[in-house]
Order: sequence, then C-alpha cells, then structure tokens
Amino acid sequence: MKQYISFFRIRFAAGLQYRTAAWAGISTQFFWGIMNILMYRAFYQSNPEGFPMDFRQLTGYVWLQQAFLAMFMTWFYDNEIFGHITDGSIAYELCRPCDLYSMWFVKNMAIRLSRVALRCFPILLVVALLPAPYGISLPVSLPAFLLFLVSMLLGFLVLIAFNMLVYISAFYTISPMGIRILVTSVLEFLAGAVIPIPFFPKWLQPVLYALPFGSVQSTPFLVYVGHLDAEAAVRAVALQLFWVLALVAVGRFAMGKALKKVVVQGG
Amino acid sequence: MIELKGISKTFRVAKREAGLGNALRSFFKREYEEVKALQDISFRIDEGEMVGYIGPNGAGKSSTIKIMSGVMSPDSGECIINGRVPWKERTAHVQQIGVVFGQRSQLWWDVPVADSFQLIRDIYRVPEEEYRKTEKQLIDMLDIGEVVKTPARQLSLGQRMRCEIAASLLHRPKILFLDEPTIGLDAVSKIAVRDFIKELNRTRGTTVILTTHDMQDIEALTQRILLIGKGKILLDGTLEELKARRSHYRTVTVDHSGACLPHLEGAEILQDLGGHAQLRLDTDILPVARAIAMISAATEIKDFSVEGESIDDLVVSLYKEFEI
Repeated sequence: MKQYISFFRIRFAAGLQYRTAAWAGISTQFFWGIMNILMYRAFYQSNPEGFPMDFRQLTGYVWLQQAFLAMFMTWFYDNEIFGHITDGSIAYELCRPCDLYSMWFVKNMAIRLSRVALRCFPILLVVALLPAPYGISLPVSLPAFLLFLVSMLLGFLVLIAFNMLVYISAFYTISPMGIRILVTSVLEFLAGAVIPIPFFPKWLQPVLYALPFGSVQSTPFLVYVGHLDAEAAVRAVALQLFWVLALVAVGRFAMGKALKKVVVQGG
Repeated sequence: MIELKGISKTFRVAKREAGLGNALRSFFKREYEEVKALQDISFRIDEGEMVGYIGPNGAGKSSTIKIMSGVMSPDSGECIINGRVPWKERTAHVQQIGVVFGQRSQLWWDVPVADSFQLIRDIYRVPEEEYRKTEKQLIDMLDIGEVVKTPARQLSLGQRMRCEIAASLLHRPKILFLDEPTIGLDAVSKIAVRDFIKELNRTRGTTVILTTHDMQDIEALTQRILLIGKGKILLDGTLEELKARRSHYRTVTVDHSGACLPHLEGAEILQDLGGHAQLRLDTDILPVARAIAMISAATEIKDFSVEGESIDDLVVSLYKEFEI
C-alpha cells in the first residue's frame, strides 16, 4: 500500500508545479459557468414551469461542474501511459514488483486531484459569495453533505475505472486516438456534462441514471443541490459503488489478459 | 542462478508492400509473416558471473532479456531464475533483479532524480537504513551527488545513464540485466559506467548479463560470451577461446607509394586507397614476413604495422562465419 501512496504523492506534487495553467483554467471555467447560467436563465424566464430543476439547483450544479472540472473531465488521459504502451517503455513498469493496474489508477487519481486542488478553492470561494440564485448555496443538510462527499469519491473512481479500459484498449489497437475520441464524446454527453440529466427526455432519464456514465458527476452534484430525495440519493450512491466494483473487475481482467499476450514494442 | 531450456518465441508481423494500392489491399486482407525471434535457446549462468550477450540487431537479444526479466512469456521452453519462473511469479521475481534498458528511461522525467529514487525505495519496500546506505554508496561510486537534485529531463545522457544504473540497484538485486547500457555515451561516461559495473560484480557478487554492440564493453567487463544470431545460440565460450579461434589472422596496415597492392594468396584487402592499405592475413597460408617481402617487391613501403584482429573484427567475422 505504501508504494501506491508514495507514488500518489510524487505525481500529486509534480502536478502542483503547473500554476499558470491553473490560473488560466480558473478564468476559463468562470466564464464558461457564467455563460451556461445565462443561457439556462433565458430558458427559465421563458417558461419556469417547463424547467425540470429549481433554478438555484441548476446554478449549484453548473458551479460544482466548473470547480471540479479537472476531476470529472472526460477528455483527459495521461499520454505518458499511452506512450509507454505504444513505444514499449512499459517494459520498465513491468519490471517493478507492483501491480500495474493499481499503479496507473493511482497515477490518474493523482494527476486529476492535483489539478483540482489548485482550481476548486478559488472558484468555490467566489461563487459562494455570488448573490442567490446565481451563486452556490450551502448543502441542504449535514447528512446530504456527507453523502455528497462519498458520492464524489465514487464518481471519481467510476470515471477512472472507465478510463482504464481505454488505456487497456491501447494494448490491442496501438493507436488509441479513435477509441479515445469516440468514448470521450459519448461519455461527455451521457454523463450529464453537456446538459444535466434532468434536462433529458423523461423516458431516457432512467436509462442514463442506470448507465455507468450517470454515476460519474451527475450523482454527486444532484445530491449536493438536493435534486434527489434522501432515498433516491442513497440508491444512486449504491449504484455508483456497484459500477466502481464492476468496472475495476472488468479492467483488471482485461489487463491480465492483455499482459499475457503483450508484445513489448521496439528493440 | 539462471537456467534456460529450449526457449522459443514467435512474433506475427503484419506485412505489406509499399504503395497506396497495397495499403488498400491490406485493409481487406492482411498478410502476416511469422518471425522466429528465439528458437530453442538454452544456457546456464551461475551466480556472480558476468556474461556478454552479443549478436547483430534483431538477433533476439532483447527478447531474451525481456523473457528473463518476466516482461514477456515465451511460446515454449523453461526458464528458472533463482528458483522462479519469471513471467509466472513476476512480482516476486522482479524484486531480485535490476534492469537497465539503455534506450528507455525509468526515471520520472519531471521530478528530481532523488525523488525518483525515493519512490523506487517505496516500490521495492527497501528498509530505510539499508536504503540510505545503498543510496550513499551508489551516489559516491557513480559520482552523481549533485546530479540527483536535478529533474531527469535536464540531465545529459551520460548523467542520466549513471542515474538509471543507480536507480536499478537501489534494492540490491542479485541479478542485473543491462541492455546496451553505454549506448550513446561519451568515452568518459563509458569508462565510468564500466568501472562501476566491474566494481559491483567484485564487491557484491552481482550476476551481470550485458547486451551491447560495443565490443570494448565486452572486453572490459565479461569473461564469458554468448553469441546469438537469428534466434539461436551460436557460441558459448570465453573471450580467450573466441580469440583463439581466429588467432592466425593478422591485420596489416601499409602506407605505400604505389597505386595499388598486388593480389596475394591468403590476404584479403580490406581497403586500399591513396597509398593507405589494410589487409587481413591468414598466417596459415601467408606468413607475415612473406607478405611483407611480396608487398615490398611490388611497391615501396613507407610505413607499416601488424596487429592481431580487433575484437570488432572478430565479431564481424563470427557473424560472417555463421551467416547472420
């Protein structure tokens, strides 16, 4: 366990070097959030009854999304891992007495969390000060907040477990670009990153909630803003846990298979 | 202790002729070619040996190293290293080996080397006290005290390679695989690396297996040589035995005033340009003294020297002999 913790630490520390990128990201995310909220405001004003969420819930959702973007962005992959697979440097990683799946998993967690650590606090601080309904309000209750924290962690793990499958696919395809682009666009849409799941047609919503993508960012954000009632929230978090376990199991199995037939590229 | 018995490995490589038409055709019907990377490789290496594993590009050196380090599994054959099958008990196996792939890096490029070392300490679960001792020793021996404070991306190749070697020894492995450790290094760094490896073998009794194209590496470091070509072990012996095989050959360098040397029975003209010629004599057919007499009869000799075959020539002639 210690080896993974120190691996996490070194990657996390390395990620904190990139401060200018963080400031750039923060300002982009502010403007993106404001634009999003203004757009939804126009919808809301034209027909408040047709709006599937409280307007305050929606602004909370948008700001959480912006603050924790680096944690849940679907397009981010660690190119070093793809590089190691395609150019054969993976040979070194296989010469280490540790589990490659866990190593890569931890690495992805560390990179994303180091980015989030630099970005989320300034954003959360400012939007907490914005006047209602444009800012973010406190969580509805303490249990809801605790559930939100658990759900954040699980959603994060679901996403990385899913990313792992894309990394593993590189063992078979050599160039991972195709799968990456396909998976990213599908995931981005189905995860409620483009528009929140409550805005999808009624008949489609249960499907989206049930798919693993619905367990990524949608669940924790909806729990925080209080869109899900207590029972639905607990059920959603249980589903997240299921997806973490299932995707990790599939990933580990696929990785074991891939490594058995691995051809290390290059001389 | 290392023992390989009848190891074979075949790769399937997709093939096509150049050109757009062929590219389109291969889109529908792919043609594969079987490449026999290793065929029936067997050898045994005892503890504390230093073995040079040589052969031309594509002979199967790296494949063997990958199998011995547990990165790749063979199609058939047995391999037991310290009582374990590398690819079956990978995690336990790699705890006891160190690997340096000269063309790749194991250091994390954006953090200081010292941080990479500490991470490696945790990965291999090296006890703190032992780690501090080993690290200090390695840093002193390889003279990298200042270098380890720098991120790996800013190191020169020679500095980086010394750090790579240190990194692969922090957990005090019993066996060290070096895959072209001196590739691209300048003379000073090469000598530093060689001295270090020799010292390591002498003091710690580390078993060293070295692949290289640099024959000076082999000459400086190893007693025993394994020659591999086209996936087969062709020769297994000491450097002296190898030299003895070809001891009746001499290389003669002649500066002369004539246009061209005459053709001599038993001499192969390696080059003859602008009055500077190099010949390889088979002294069984043509003794050196007679060759000189015949050359000086044909042209005026200005300067000349006789050498035993260099180890590079030796290897080239071995490759020729085995047609690899």
